[in-house]
Amino acid sequence: MLAKSMAIVWKDVVVEFRAKEILAAVLIFAALVALIFGFAFDPVEHDLTGIFPGLMWVAYFFAGTLGLNRSFITEKQNDALQGLVLAPGDRSAIFLGKFLANWLFMTLVELILTPVFFALLNVSFKGGLLLAAVLALATVGFTAAGTFLSGLAANTRASEVLLPILLFPLLVPVVIGAVRATAGAMAGDAATAVAWLRALAAYDAVFVVVPFLVFEYLLEG
Amino acid sequence: MSGAGLAARGIAKRFGYREILRDVSLELEPGQICAIFGPNGAGKSTLLKVLACLTRPSAGEILWEGRPVKDGASLRAAMGMVGHGTFLYDLLTAEENLLFYGRLYRVGDLRRRVSEILERVGLGFAARDPVATFSRGMKQRLTIGRALLHRPRLLLMDEPFTGLDQAGRSLLIDLLREFRGGGGACLLISHDFAETLDVADRFLILNRGRIAGAGDCGAVGPADFARLYEDAVGQPPD
Repeated sequence: MLAKSMAIVWKDVVVEFRAKEILAAVLIFAALVALIFGFAFDPVEHDLTGIFPGLMWVAYFFAGTLGLNRSFITEKQNDALQGLVLAPGDRSAIFLGKFLANWLFMTLVELILTPVFFALLNVSFKGGLLLAAVLALATVGFTAAGTFLSGLAANTRASEVLLPILLFPLLVPVVIGAVRATAGAMAGDAATAVAWLRALAAYDAVFVVVPFLVFEYLLEG
Repeated sequence: MSGAGLAARGIAKRFGYREILRDVSLELEPGQICAIFGPNGAGKSTLLKVLACLTRPSAGEILWEGRPVKDGASLRAAMGMVGHGTFLYDLLTAEENLLFYGRLYRVGDLRRRVSEILERVGLGFAARDPVATFSRGMKQRLTIGRALLHRPRLLLMDEPFTGLDQAGRSLLIDLLREFRGGGGACLLISHDFAETLDVADRFLILNRGRIAGAGDCGAVGPADFARLYEDAVGQPPD
């Protein structure tokens, strides 16, 4: 099953490297949001440390939704999704492959943009390894839930409108966990950060395992 | 039937109140090509999707090599499909598309097999070109190559002649004869009556979701087929 998933990751990376649709859209959108927040909140006059985690995660989740929307649209062209469904082995491998590719793209965006957010919002970089753990775990939860719902919405006519409507309510626990854990990490409060990291890990476990188990039924016509 | 091929028993498929397939039964032995004819909306493509495990039948069962197909895993591994879509990725090259599908099917000695298939379908010269730059006929050749890549024992083909020029059509007929010679079984939907009757062993005529006629291609001449088709469908073949 892992071989099938890794083949899908390889294919998505090559396609994205050529199309630059997901990374470009997500990077530009998130960078623009950072810039707008920079103008709106005047970081030279005000200390934005308190609201920084919320601003950063809202930007990442909104921007990331653009990328998730594209994820299954490429599979709908030329009925390629049918080709994946027909391949032997567990069909849940399709979810795993698409999820890993989306996680990779989103992590790359965060690696590039997190220093930009700190710079544009004039907040001194703090958190180190704890912040890296928050980014990793929150991104797992976001991309797992998003990949699943993107697959669900792909079979509908208004998939690009439907995905955010389905996804955002489901993301509330990740938003709360990510924001609180980031705030804890930046304040040097390891106990708070770790407590929220545990909550994020629990959310991740549910939203990786449940879609993995039910994805096969989602693909049936 | 010997139990070595594909069989469908009493297949029905409903979408809401609409009955697309009604009590369809068929048998396909290894080394046999069976053509399915019928007018638009007869249920041919739906039947192929049911047999490919892309959609569940509302009633009936499918047997592969004598065993009922449940999740379709064993059938999918042995099957190649040419559907309405090409299943290809436009931004990948011809070679990359086949490498990708070869990985999904765990094809051994993959690079050699991919070169072999590209040469066989006449696309060796375009191996490194993105599929987006291909003509419809080239895409169809690559689609046929993709379906044959993992050496399937069963081929399900929906309008495989679409987009092919005369050379492409001859190539497809050669490939089908080779496939049958190697013991493969093929179910072929087509509106190209003359070419399909020439290559197939048997034919079925589907009308309004039911099998309305059947025959042996070798025993039926063009005029007999036209009469049979008209009797079954109520209109002459195009």
